[in-house]
Amino acid sequence: MSRWGRTARRIPRQFAVVWWLQLKMLAADAFSGILQIVWPLFFATTAFLMFRISGDHELVFYAGLGATVMGIWSSVAASSSSALQRERWLGTLELIVSAPMPFALVLSSITTAMATIGLYSMVATLIWGWLVFGMSLHIVQPIAFGCAVVVLVFAIAMIGFLLSVTVVRYRSAWAIGSLLECPVWLLCGLLVPVALLPVWVRPLSYVLPPTWGVRAMREAASGTSPWVSLLVCAVLGGAYALMAALIGRSLLKSARRQATLALT
Amino acid sequence: MSAVEAIDLRRSFSSRTSVLRRAKETVEAVRGVSFVIERGEIFGLLGPNGAGKTTTIKMLITLLLPSSGSAKVLGYDVARDAVKVRRRIGYAFGGDRGLYDRLSAQDNLRYFAELYAVPPRTQRARIGELLELVGLRGREKERVEGYSRGMRQRLHIARALLHDPAVLFLDEPSIGIDPVGARELRATVAALAGQGKTILLTTHYMFEADELCDRIAVIGSGRILAEGTPADLKSRVRGGRVLEVETFGVLDESVDDVRRLDGVRSVTVEARTQSQVLHVSMDSEAELTAAVLGRIGDVRVGRVASREPTLEDAYVELIGER
Repeated sequence: MSRWGRTARRIPRQFAVVWWLQLKMLAADAFSGILQIVWPLFFATTAFLMFRISGDHELVFYAGLGATVMGIWSSVAASSSSALQRERWLGTLELIVSAPMPFALVLSSITTAMATIGLYSMVATLIWGWLVFGMSLHIVQPIAFGCAVVVLVFAIAMIGFLLSVTVVRYRSAWAIGSLLECPVWLLCGLLVPVALLPVWVRPLSYVLPPTWGVRAMREAASGTSPWVSLLVCAVLGGAYALMAALIGRSLLKSARRQATLALT
Repeated sequence: MSAVEAIDLRRSFSSRTSVLRRAKETVEAVRGVSFVIERGEIFGLLGPNGAGKTTTIKMLITLLLPSSGSAKVLGYDVARDAVKVRRRIGYAFGGDRGLYDRLSAQDNLRYFAELYAVPPRTQRARIGELLELVGLRGREKERVEGYSRGMRQRLHIARALLHDPAVLFLDEPSIGIDPVGARELRATVAALAGQGKTILLTTHYMFEADELCDRIAVIGSGRILAEGTPADLKSRVRGGRVLEVETFGVLDESVDDVRRLDGVRSVTVEARTQSQVLHVSMDSEAELTAAVLGRIGDVRVGRVASREPTLEDAYVELIGER
Protein backbone atom coordinates (compact mmCIF):
# COMPACT_ATOMS: atom_id res chain seq x y z
CA MET A 1 0.00 0.00 0.00
CA SER A 2 1.28 3.49 -0.85
CA ARG A 3 2.23 6.01 1.83
CA TRP A 4 -0.87 8.08 1.06
CA GLY A 5 -3.04 4.98 1.25
CA ARG A 6 -1.65 4.13 4.68
CA THR A 7 -2.19 7.73 5.86
CA ALA A 8 -5.76 7.72 4.52
CA ARG A 9 -6.49 4.58 6.52
CA ARG A 10 -4.65 5.73 9.62
CA ILE A 11 -6.34 9.13 10.06
CA PRO A 12 -9.95 7.91 10.48
CA ARG A 13 -8.72 5.21 12.84
CA GLN A 14 -6.74 7.68 14.95
CA PHE A 15 -9.74 10.00 15.05
CA ALA A 16 -12.07 7.17 16.07
CA VAL A 17 -9.83 5.73 18.81
CA VAL A 18 -9.11 9.13 20.38
CA TRP A 19 -12.83 10.00 20.17
CA TRP A 20 -13.85 6.71 21.78
CA LEU A 21 -11.35 6.87 24.65
CA GLN A 22 -12.13 10.53 25.34
CA LEU A 23 -15.82 9.66 25.34
CA LYS A 24 -15.10 6.82 27.77
CA MET A 25 -13.40 9.29 30.10
CA LEU A 26 -16.20 11.83 29.88
CA ALA A 27 -18.82 9.13 30.41
CA ALA A 28 -16.96 7.86 33.48
CA ASP A 29 -17.76 11.10 35.29
CA ALA A 30 -21.15 10.24 36.79
CA PHE A 31 -21.76 13.68 38.32
CA SER A 32 -21.20 15.49 35.03
CA GLY A 33 -23.35 12.88 33.31
CA ILE A 34 -26.28 13.58 35.62
CA LEU A 35 -25.81 17.32 35.19
CA GLN A 36 -25.72 16.77 31.45
CA ILE A 37 -29.17 15.22 31.65
CA VAL A 38 -30.81 17.33 34.35
CA TRP A 39 -29.52 20.81 33.58
CA PRO A 40 -30.81 21.15 29.97
CA LEU A 41 -34.23 19.98 31.17
CA PHE A 42 -34.73 23.31 32.94
CA PHE A 43 -34.27 25.21 29.70
CA ALA A 44 -36.35 22.69 27.79
CA THR A 45 -39.12 23.02 30.37
CA THR A 46 -39.11 26.81 29.96
CA ALA A 47 -39.39 26.38 26.20
CA PHE A 48 -42.21 23.84 26.48
CA LEU A 49 -44.15 26.01 28.95
CA MET A 50 -43.79 29.06 26.68
CA PHE A 51 -44.93 27.30 23.52
CA ARG A 52 -47.64 25.15 25.14
CA ILE A 53 -49.74 28.28 25.68
CA SER A 54 -50.31 28.51 21.93
CA GLY A 55 -52.01 25.10 21.97
CA ASP A 56 -50.29 24.31 18.69
CA HIS A 57 -48.69 20.83 18.90
CA GLU A 58 -46.48 21.52 15.89
CA LEU A 59 -45.09 24.59 17.60
CA VAL A 60 -44.35 22.56 20.74
CA PHE A 61 -42.51 20.01 18.58
CA TYR A 62 -40.61 22.84 16.88
CA ALA A 63 -39.49 24.21 20.23
CA GLY A 64 -38.80 20.73 21.59
CA LEU A 65 -36.35 19.93 18.80
CA GLY A 66 -34.60 23.25 19.35
CA ALA A 67 -34.38 22.50 23.06
CA THR A 68 -32.67 19.17 22.36
CA VAL A 69 -29.88 20.99 20.52
CA MET A 70 -29.51 23.53 23.34
CA GLY A 71 -28.10 20.77 25.55
CA ILE A 72 -25.52 19.71 22.95
CA TRP A 73 -24.35 23.28 22.44
CA SER A 74 -24.20 23.95 26.19
CA SER A 75 -22.08 20.84 26.68
CA VAL A 76 -19.63 21.87 23.95
CA ALA A 77 -19.51 25.59 24.83
CA ALA A 78 -18.61 24.87 28.44
CA SER A 79 -16.23 21.95 27.97
CA SER A 80 -14.43 22.73 24.72
CA SER A 81 -13.42 26.21 25.83
CA SER A 82 -11.47 24.59 28.66
CA ALA A 83 -10.44 21.46 26.71
CA LEU A 84 -6.80 22.43 26.35
CA GLN A 85 -6.69 23.76 29.90
CA ARG A 86 -7.91 20.34 31.07
CA GLU A 87 -5.15 18.62 29.10
CA ARG A 88 -2.68 21.08 30.59
CA TRP A 89 -3.81 20.25 34.15
CA LEU A 90 -3.53 16.55 33.41
CA GLY A 91 0.00 17.09 32.10
CA THR A 92 -0.95 15.49 28.79
CA LEU A 93 -0.90 18.64 26.65
CA GLU A 94 2.82 18.54 25.94
CA LEU A 95 2.57 14.81 25.21
CA ILE A 96 -0.14 15.52 22.64
CA VAL A 97 1.83 18.41 21.15
CA SER A 98 5.05 16.40 20.93
CA ALA A 99 3.36 13.36 19.35
CA PRO A 100 3.58 12.82 15.58
CA MET A 101 -0.25 12.70 15.20
CA PRO A 102 -1.42 16.14 13.99
CA PHE A 103 -2.52 18.29 16.90
CA ALA A 104 -5.65 19.38 15.01
CA LEU A 105 -6.76 15.78 14.60
CA VAL A 106 -6.37 15.03 18.32
CA LEU A 107 -8.17 18.18 19.37
CA SER A 108 -11.05 17.76 16.92
CA SER A 109 -11.52 14.18 18.19
CA ILE A 110 -11.65 15.50 21.76
CA THR A 111 -14.28 18.15 20.99
CA THR A 112 -16.28 15.61 18.97
CA ALA A 113 -16.37 13.40 22.07
CA MET A 114 -17.61 16.40 24.05
CA ALA A 115 -20.38 17.03 21.51
CA THR A 116 -21.30 13.35 21.49
CA ILE A 117 -21.79 13.42 25.25
CA GLY A 118 -24.33 16.19 24.54
CA LEU A 119 -26.53 13.50 22.96
CA TYR A 120 -27.42 12.44 26.53
CA SER A 121 -29.24 15.72 26.92
CA MET A 122 -30.88 15.39 23.51
CA VAL A 123 -32.38 12.01 24.41
CA ALA A 124 -33.33 13.21 27.90
CA THR A 125 -35.07 16.29 26.47
CA LEU A 126 -37.04 14.27 23.93
CA ILE A 127 -38.22 11.84 26.62
CA TRP A 128 -39.04 14.72 28.99
CA GLY A 129 -41.03 16.54 26.32
CA TRP A 130 -42.92 13.35 25.42
CA LEU A 131 -43.65 12.25 29.00
CA VAL A 132 -44.43 15.57 30.67
CA PHE A 133 -45.60 17.84 27.86
CA GLY A 134 -47.10 15.33 25.48
CA MET A 135 -44.73 16.22 22.67
CA SER A 136 -45.21 14.06 19.59
CA LEU A 137 -42.14 11.99 18.68
CA HIS A 138 -43.31 11.26 15.17
CA ILE A 139 -40.43 11.70 12.74
CA VAL A 140 -41.47 11.46 9.09
CA GLN A 141 -37.95 10.75 7.73
CA PRO A 142 -36.09 8.94 10.53
CA ILE A 143 -32.95 8.17 8.47
CA ALA A 144 -32.60 11.77 7.31
CA PHE A 145 -33.27 12.87 10.91
CA GLY A 146 -30.46 10.57 12.14
CA CYS A 147 -28.11 12.00 9.49
CA ALA A 148 -29.05 15.53 10.57
CA VAL A 149 -28.22 14.71 14.20
CA VAL A 150 -24.83 13.21 13.24
CA VAL A 151 -23.89 16.17 11.02
CA LEU A 152 -25.10 18.65 13.64
CA VAL A 153 -23.03 16.97 16.37
CA PHE A 154 -19.98 17.09 14.04
CA ALA A 155 -20.58 20.76 13.19
CA ILE A 156 -21.03 21.79 16.82
CA ALA A 157 -17.86 19.83 17.67
CA MET A 158 -15.97 21.84 15.05
CA ILE A 159 -17.17 25.13 16.56
CA GLY A 160 -15.89 23.70 19.86
CA PHE A 161 -12.58 22.91 18.16
CA LEU A 162 -12.29 26.52 16.97
CA LEU A 163 -13.28 27.81 20.40
CA SER A 164 -10.75 25.61 22.18
CA VAL A 165 -7.76 26.84 20.13
CA THR A 166 -8.90 30.46 20.11
CA VAL A 167 -9.23 30.85 23.86
CA VAL A 168 -6.34 28.64 24.96
CA ARG A 169 -4.21 31.56 26.16
CA TYR A 170 -6.86 32.73 28.61
CA ARG A 171 -6.87 31.19 32.06
CA SER A 172 -10.63 31.81 32.42
CA ALA A 173 -11.44 30.32 29.01
CA TRP A 174 -14.41 28.40 30.46
CA ALA A 175 -16.10 31.75 31.20
CA ILE A 176 -15.89 32.71 27.52
CA GLY A 177 -17.60 29.43 26.65
CA SER A 178 -20.38 30.11 29.13
CA LEU A 179 -20.75 33.62 27.76
CA LEU A 180 -21.43 32.24 24.28
CA GLU A 181 -24.04 29.75 25.46
CA CYS A 182 -27.26 31.84 25.35
CA PRO A 183 -26.41 34.02 22.30
CA VAL A 184 -26.00 30.89 20.16
CA TRP A 185 -29.37 29.52 21.35
CA LEU A 186 -30.98 32.71 20.11
CA LEU A 187 -28.92 33.27 16.97
CA CYS A 188 -29.36 29.71 15.69
CA GLY A 189 -33.12 29.75 16.02
CA LEU A 190 -33.23 27.05 18.65
CA LEU A 191 -36.07 28.78 20.49
CA VAL A 192 -37.48 31.34 18.08
CA PRO A 193 -37.26 31.23 14.27
CA VAL A 194 -34.34 33.12 12.73
CA ALA A 195 -36.91 35.00 10.60
CA LEU A 196 -38.12 36.76 13.77
CA LEU A 197 -34.65 38.13 14.58
CA PRO A 198 -33.65 41.65 13.45
CA VAL A 199 -32.43 41.69 9.85
CA TRP A 200 -28.90 42.84 10.79
CA VAL A 201 -28.48 39.82 13.08
CA ARG A 202 -29.44 37.21 10.52
CA PRO A 203 -26.09 37.02 8.65
CA LEU A 204 -24.56 35.95 11.96
CA SER A 205 -27.19 33.22 12.26
CA TYR A 206 -26.47 31.95 8.76
CA VAL A 207 -22.75 31.47 9.39
CA LEU A 208 -23.41 29.34 12.46
CA PRO A 209 -23.76 25.63 11.56
CA PRO A 210 -26.38 24.81 14.26
CA THR A 211 -28.82 27.15 12.45
CA TRP A 212 -28.71 24.79 9.47
CA GLY A 213 -28.42 21.63 11.52
CA VAL A 214 -31.53 22.26 13.58
CA ARG A 215 -33.33 23.36 10.43
CA ALA A 216 -32.41 20.04 8.81
CA MET A 217 -33.70 18.15 11.87
CA ARG A 218 -37.00 20.02 11.75
CA GLU A 219 -37.30 19.46 7.99
CA ALA A 220 -36.62 15.73 8.35
CA ALA A 221 -39.13 15.48 11.20
CA SER A 222 -41.85 17.28 9.25
CA GLY A 223 -41.23 15.48 5.96
CA THR A 224 -39.63 18.18 3.80
CA SER A 225 -36.22 17.59 2.24
CA PRO A 226 -33.40 18.33 4.75
CA TRP A 227 -30.44 17.71 2.43
CA VAL A 228 -29.62 21.30 1.42
CA SER A 229 -29.65 22.45 5.04
CA LEU A 230 -27.60 19.39 5.96
CA LEU A 231 -25.03 20.13 3.27
CA VAL A 232 -24.68 23.77 4.36
CA CYS A 233 -24.29 22.62 7.97
CA ALA A 234 -21.55 20.13 6.99
CA VAL A 235 -19.70 22.67 4.80
CA LEU A 236 -19.79 25.31 7.55
CA GLY A 237 -18.59 22.69 10.06
CA GLY A 238 -15.69 21.85 7.73
CA ALA A 239 -14.84 25.55 7.35
CA TYR A 240 -14.74 25.97 11.13
CA ALA A 241 -12.48 22.91 11.37
CA LEU A 242 -10.13 24.34 8.76
CA MET A 243 -9.96 27.70 10.54
CA ALA A 244 -9.30 25.94 13.86
CA ALA A 245 -6.56 23.78 12.33
CA LEU A 246 -4.80 26.85 10.88
CA ILE A 247 -5.07 28.80 14.13
CA GLY A 248 -3.88 25.76 16.09
CA ARG A 249 -0.87 25.41 13.81
CA SER A 250 0.20 29.02 14.18
CA LEU A 251 -0.43 28.84 17.92
CA LEU A 252 1.93 25.88 18.28
CA LYS A 253 4.58 27.59 16.15
CA SER A 254 4.31 30.65 18.35
CA ALA A 255 4.44 28.52 21.50
CA ARG A 256 7.66 26.82 20.37
CA ARG A 257 9.25 30.11 19.35
CA GLN A 258 8.19 32.45 22.13
CA ALA A 259 7.39 29.95 24.90
CA THR A 260 4.22 31.96 25.45
CA LEU A 261 2.01 28.94 25.81
CA ALA A 262 3.02 27.16 29.00
CA LEU A 263 2.85 23.58 27.93
CA THR A 264 2.97 22.16 31.43
CA MET B 1 26.36 9.60 13.59
CA SER B 2 25.73 10.49 17.23
CA ALA B 3 22.32 9.94 18.82
CA VAL B 4 22.07 13.45 20.24
CA GLU B 5 24.22 16.45 19.48
CA ALA B 6 23.74 19.87 21.10
CA ILE B 7 25.90 22.76 19.93
CA ASP B 8 25.95 26.01 21.88
CA LEU B 9 22.28 25.66 22.69
CA ARG B 10 20.70 28.76 24.21
CA ARG B 11 17.20 29.61 25.32
CA SER B 12 15.90 32.75 26.94
CA PHE B 13 12.41 33.57 28.19
CA SER B 14 10.84 37.00 28.14
CA SER B 15 8.06 38.13 30.43
CA ARG B 16 6.29 41.35 31.28
CA THR B 17 6.71 42.54 34.85
CA SER B 18 3.11 43.69 35.40
CA VAL B 19 0.02 44.88 33.58
CA LEU B 20 0.68 48.57 34.21
CA ARG B 21 4.47 48.64 34.04
CA ARG B 22 5.16 46.81 30.83
CA ALA B 23 8.91 46.48 31.39
CA LYS B 24 10.24 43.39 29.69
CA GLU B 25 12.32 40.92 31.67
CA THR B 26 14.50 38.36 29.96
CA VAL B 27 15.81 35.31 31.73
CA GLU B 28 18.48 33.15 30.13
CA ALA B 29 17.60 29.61 31.13
CA VAL B 30 20.18 27.86 28.94
CA ARG B 31 23.42 29.67 28.05
CA GLY B 32 25.44 27.77 25.49
CA VAL B 33 25.06 24.09 26.30
CA SER B 34 27.02 21.65 24.14
CA PHE B 35 27.28 17.89 24.45
CA VAL B 36 27.22 14.74 22.37
CA ILE B 37 25.49 11.47 23.28
CA GLU B 38 26.61 8.38 21.43
CA ARG B 39 24.19 5.63 20.46
CA GLY B 40 23.42 3.16 23.23
CA GLU B 41 24.77 5.47 25.90
CA ILE B 42 23.03 6.53 29.13
CA PHE B 43 23.86 10.18 29.58
CA GLY B 44 23.01 11.95 32.84
CA LEU B 45 22.22 15.63 33.12
CA LEU B 46 22.62 16.68 36.74
CA GLY B 47 21.93 20.05 38.23
CA PRO B 48 19.97 21.90 40.89
CA ASN B 49 16.42 23.17 40.35
CA GLY B 50 16.37 25.95 37.76
CA ALA B 51 19.72 24.89 36.26
CA GLY B 52 18.25 24.48 32.77
CA LYS B 53 17.89 20.69 32.58
CA THR B 54 14.20 20.61 31.63
CA THR B 55 14.55 23.53 29.20
CA THR B 56 17.40 21.67 27.49
CA ILE B 57 15.27 18.52 27.24
CA LYS B 58 12.29 20.50 25.92
CA MET B 59 14.44 21.88 23.12
CA LEU B 60 15.69 18.40 22.27
CA ILE B 61 12.18 16.93 22.17
CA THR B 62 11.00 19.82 19.92
CA LEU B 63 8.62 21.48 22.40
CA LEU B 64 10.73 24.65 22.46
CA LEU B 65 12.79 26.27 19.75
CA PRO B 66 16.34 27.25 20.74
CA SER B 67 16.97 31.01 20.88
CA SER B 68 20.29 30.21 19.21
CA GLY B 69 22.57 27.26 18.66
CA SER B 70 21.45 23.97 17.22
CA ALA B 71 20.68 20.41 18.17
CA LYS B 72 20.26 17.19 16.27
CA VAL B 73 18.64 13.94 17.29
CA LEU B 74 19.67 10.97 15.14
CA GLY B 75 20.85 13.45 12.53
CA TYR B 76 17.58 15.42 12.38
CA ASP B 77 17.51 19.07 13.35
CA VAL B 78 15.15 19.68 16.29
CA ALA B 79 14.01 23.03 14.88
CA ARG B 80 13.50 22.12 11.21
CA ASP B 81 12.65 18.40 11.29
CA ALA B 82 10.40 18.35 14.36
CA VAL B 83 8.06 15.60 13.12
CA LYS B 84 10.94 13.31 12.11
CA VAL B 85 12.52 13.81 15.53
CA ARG B 86 9.19 13.12 17.31
CA ARG B 87 8.76 9.81 15.52
CA ARG B 88 12.12 8.61 16.81
CA ILE B 89 12.12 9.73 20.43
CA GLY B 90 10.28 8.88 23.61
CA TYR B 91 9.76 11.24 26.53
CA ALA B 92 8.76 10.55 30.12
CA PHE B 93 8.80 12.87 33.08
CA GLY B 94 8.45 12.33 36.82
CA GLY B 95 5.42 13.02 38.98
CA ASP B 96 1.77 12.13 39.00
CA ARG B 97 0.69 13.95 35.85
CA GLY B 98 0.82 12.95 32.19
CA LEU B 99 -1.74 10.15 32.26
CA TYR B 100 -5.52 9.93 32.00
CA ASP B 101 -6.59 8.90 35.49
CA ARG B 102 -10.03 7.75 34.46
CA LEU B 103 -8.72 5.32 31.90
CA SER B 104 -7.06 2.00 32.59
CA ALA B 105 -3.35 1.52 31.93
CA GLN B 106 -4.24 -0.47 28.83
CA ASP B 107 -6.49 2.29 27.46
CA ASN B 108 -3.85 4.92 28.22
CA LEU B 109 -1.34 2.92 26.21
CA ARG B 110 -3.85 2.36 23.41
CA TYR B 111 -4.54 6.10 23.26
CA PHE B 112 -0.89 7.05 23.01
CA ALA B 113 -0.18 4.19 20.61
CA GLU B 114 -2.58 5.90 18.19
CA LEU B 115 -0.94 9.27 18.77
CA TYR B 116 2.38 7.67 17.82
CA ALA B 117 0.88 5.81 14.86
CA VAL B 118 1.79 2.35 16.14
CA PRO B 119 0.35 0.00 13.47
CA PRO B 120 -2.92 -1.60 14.66
CA ARG B 121 -1.66 -5.11 13.90
CA THR B 122 1.29 -4.81 16.28
CA GLN B 123 -0.37 -2.57 18.87
CA ARG B 124 -1.87 -5.26 21.10
CA ALA B 125 1.33 -7.31 21.22
CA ARG B 126 3.46 -4.21 21.83
CA ILE B 127 1.26 -3.05 24.73
CA GLY B 128 1.45 -6.54 26.24
CA GLU B 129 5.27 -6.61 25.95
CA LEU B 130 5.60 -3.20 27.56
CA LEU B 131 3.24 -4.04 30.43
CA GLU B 132 5.43 -7.07 31.05
CA LEU B 133 8.62 -5.01 30.84
CA VAL B 134 7.46 -2.44 33.41
CA GLY B 135 5.86 -5.04 35.68
CA LEU B 136 2.24 -3.96 35.29
CA ARG B 137 0.94 -7.17 33.74
CA GLY B 138 -2.22 -8.21 35.62
CA ARG B 139 -3.06 -4.63 36.66
CA GLU B 140 -3.56 -3.22 33.17
CA LYS B 141 -7.37 -3.13 33.34
CA GLU B 142 -7.44 -1.04 36.53
CA ARG B 143 -7.99 2.69 36.31
CA VAL B 144 -4.79 4.69 36.69
CA GLU B 145 -6.32 6.81 39.49
CA GLY B 146 -5.78 3.83 41.81
CA TYR B 147 -2.10 3.41 40.92
CA SER B 148 0.80 4.21 43.25
CA ARG B 149 3.32 6.77 42.10
CA GLY B 150 5.84 4.05 41.27
CA MET B 151 3.29 2.25 39.08
CA ARG B 152 2.41 5.50 37.32
CA GLN B 153 6.06 6.15 36.68
CA ARG B 154 6.54 2.74 35.13
CA LEU B 155 3.45 3.32 33.01
CA HIS B 156 5.00 6.63 31.87
CA ILE B 157 8.03 4.72 30.67
CA ALA B 158 5.87 2.14 28.90
CA ARG B 159 4.03 4.99 27.18
CA ALA B 160 7.29 6.56 26.05
CA LEU B 161 8.40 3.22 24.56
CA LEU B 162 5.23 2.43 22.59
CA HIS B 163 6.66 3.31 19.19
CA ASP B 164 10.01 1.68 19.99
CA PRO B 165 12.00 4.93 19.94
CA ALA B 166 15.75 4.82 19.54
CA VAL B 167 16.30 7.70 21.95
CA LEU B 168 14.57 8.11 25.30
CA PHE B 169 14.43 11.29 27.37
CA LEU B 170 13.71 10.71 31.06
CA ASP B 171 13.23 13.89 33.06
CA GLU B 172 13.55 13.11 36.79
CA PRO B 173 11.70 9.81 36.45
CA SER B 174 12.31 8.67 40.01
CA ILE B 175 11.14 11.83 41.75
CA GLY B 176 8.93 11.05 44.76
CA ILE B 177 9.10 7.28 44.37
CA ASP B 178 9.76 5.04 47.39
CA PRO B 179 13.12 3.20 47.49
CA VAL B 180 11.68 -0.11 46.24
CA GLY B 181 9.87 1.60 43.36
CA ALA B 182 13.00 3.59 42.51
CA ARG B 183 15.08 0.41 42.46
CA GLU B 184 12.58 -1.25 40.09
CA LEU B 185 12.66 1.82 37.89
CA ARG B 186 16.46 1.77 37.75
CA ALA B 187 16.31 -1.90 36.78
CA THR B 188 13.89 -0.99 33.95
CA VAL B 189 16.18 1.81 32.71
CA ALA B 190 19.19 -0.50 32.85
CA ALA B 191 17.25 -3.15 30.89
CA LEU B 192 16.41 -0.56 28.22
CA ALA B 193 20.05 0.40 27.91
CA GLY B 194 20.78 -3.31 27.52
CA GLN B 195 18.44 -3.30 24.51
CA GLY B 196 20.56 -0.60 22.89
CA LYS B 197 18.38 2.44 23.63
CA THR B 198 20.09 5.79 23.98
CA ILE B 199 18.90 7.47 27.17
CA LEU B 200 19.20 11.02 28.42
CA LEU B 201 18.37 11.01 32.12
CA THR B 202 18.01 13.93 34.48
CA THR B 203 17.95 13.22 38.18
CA HIS B 204 18.68 14.74 41.56
CA TYR B 205 19.80 11.40 42.98
CA MET B 206 23.56 10.99 42.67
CA PHE B 207 23.63 7.28 43.43
CA GLU B 208 21.11 6.79 40.62
CA ALA B 209 23.30 8.67 38.16
CA ASP B 210 26.37 6.85 39.45
CA GLU B 211 24.72 3.45 39.02
CA LEU B 212 23.13 4.04 35.61
CA CYS B 213 25.00 6.65 33.60
CA ASP B 214 27.92 6.04 31.26
CA ARG B 215 28.63 9.75 31.20
CA ILE B 216 27.36 12.73 33.14
CA ALA B 217 27.18 16.47 32.53
CA VAL B 218 26.72 18.74 35.51
CA ILE B 219 24.68 21.81 34.60
CA GLY B 220 24.34 24.96 36.67
CA SER B 221 22.86 28.37 35.78
CA GLY B 222 22.30 27.19 32.22
CA ARG B 223 25.92 26.16 31.59
CA ILE B 224 27.71 22.82 31.54
CA LEU B 225 30.09 22.92 34.51
CA ALA B 226 31.72 19.54 34.01
CA GLU B 227 31.32 16.48 31.86
CA GLY B 228 32.74 12.98 32.03
CA THR B 229 32.23 9.49 33.36
CA PRO B 230 31.13 9.19 37.01
CA ALA B 231 34.71 8.09 37.77
CA ASP B 232 36.10 11.21 36.03
CA LEU B 233 33.88 13.47 38.08
CA LYS B 234 34.72 11.69 41.32
CA SER B 235 38.41 12.00 40.52
CA ARG B 236 37.99 15.78 40.62
CA VAL B 237 37.60 15.50 44.37
CA ARG B 238 39.80 12.43 44.64
CA GLY B 239 43.06 13.03 46.34
CA GLY B 240 40.89 14.45 49.04
CA ARG B 241 38.77 13.18 51.90
CA VAL B 242 35.44 14.10 53.39
CA LEU B 243 35.00 14.59 57.11
CA GLU B 244 31.44 14.25 58.37
CA VAL B 245 30.64 15.87 61.70
CA GLU B 246 27.20 15.58 63.29
CA THR B 247 26.38 18.66 65.37
CA PHE B 248 23.40 19.90 67.34
CA GLY B 249 22.90 23.65 66.86
CA VAL B 250 26.05 24.70 65.01
CA LEU B 251 26.20 28.43 64.19
CA ASP B 252 26.73 29.84 60.67
CA GLU B 253 29.78 31.78 61.88
CA SER B 254 31.38 28.55 63.09
CA VAL B 255 30.79 26.96 59.68
CA ASP B 256 32.49 29.99 58.07
CA ASP B 257 35.43 29.52 60.47
CA VAL B 258 35.76 25.91 59.32
CA ARG B 259 35.72 27.05 55.67
CA ARG B 260 38.68 29.34 56.35
CA LEU B 261 40.91 26.52 57.61
CA ASP B 262 43.93 25.71 55.45
CA GLY B 263 43.35 22.45 53.54
CA VAL B 264 39.54 22.76 53.54
CA ARG B 265 38.10 22.79 49.99
CA SER B 266 34.42 23.21 50.75
CA VAL B 267 31.87 22.78 53.53
CA THR B 268 28.21 21.91 53.14
CA VAL B 269 25.65 21.62 55.90
CA GLU B 270 22.96 18.96 55.71
CA ALA B 271 20.03 19.84 57.98
CA ARG B 272 18.38 16.82 59.60
CA THR B 273 15.40 16.75 61.98
CA GLN B 274 17.38 17.56 65.11
CA SER B 275 20.94 17.80 63.96
CA GLN B 276 23.14 19.31 61.28
CA VAL B 277 25.80 17.27 59.50
CA LEU B 278 28.83 19.15 58.21
CA HIS B 279 30.45 17.62 55.14
CA VAL B 280 33.97 19.02 55.10
CA SER B 281 35.82 18.30 51.87
CA MET B 282 39.57 18.58 52.42
CA ASP B 283 42.98 17.66 51.07
CA SER B 284 43.88 14.05 51.82
CA GLU B 285 47.15 14.84 53.51
CA ALA B 286 45.52 17.36 55.85
CA GLU B 287 44.64 16.11 59.31
CA LEU B 288 42.00 18.56 60.30
CA THR B 289 39.63 16.68 62.60
CA ALA B 290 40.84 18.41 65.74
CA ALA B 291 40.92 21.82 64.05
CA VAL B 292 37.39 21.42 62.70
CA LEU B 293 36.05 20.35 66.08
CA GLY B 294 37.86 23.30 67.66
CA ARG B 295 36.14 25.78 65.28
CA ILE B 296 32.67 24.34 65.83
CA GLY B 297 32.64 25.73 69.33
CA ASP B 298 30.73 24.53 72.35
CA VAL B 299 27.81 22.86 70.57
CA ARG B 300 27.13 19.18 71.17
CA VAL B 301 28.88 16.92 68.64
CA GLY B 302 27.58 13.47 67.66
CA ARG B 303 29.14 11.11 65.15
CA VAL B 304 32.44 12.05 63.48
CA ALA B 305 33.63 10.04 60.48
CA SER B 306 36.03 10.31 57.58
CA ARG B 307 35.28 8.76 54.18
CA GLU B 308 36.17 8.65 50.46
CA PRO B 309 34.46 11.29 48.26
CA THR B 310 31.34 10.26 46.35
CA LEU B 311 29.75 11.55 43.15
CA GLU B 312 27.52 13.70 45.34
CA ASP B 313 30.61 15.38 46.84
CA ALA B 314 31.90 16.04 43.32
CA TYR B 315 28.51 17.48 42.34
CA VAL B 316 28.30 19.70 45.44
CA GLU B 317 31.82 20.94 44.84
CA LEU B 318 31.07 21.72 41.17
CA ILE B 319 27.83 23.50 41.95
CA GLY B 320 29.51 25.34 44.82
CA GLU B 321 32.23 26.63 42.47
CA ARG B 322 29.71 28.60 40.37
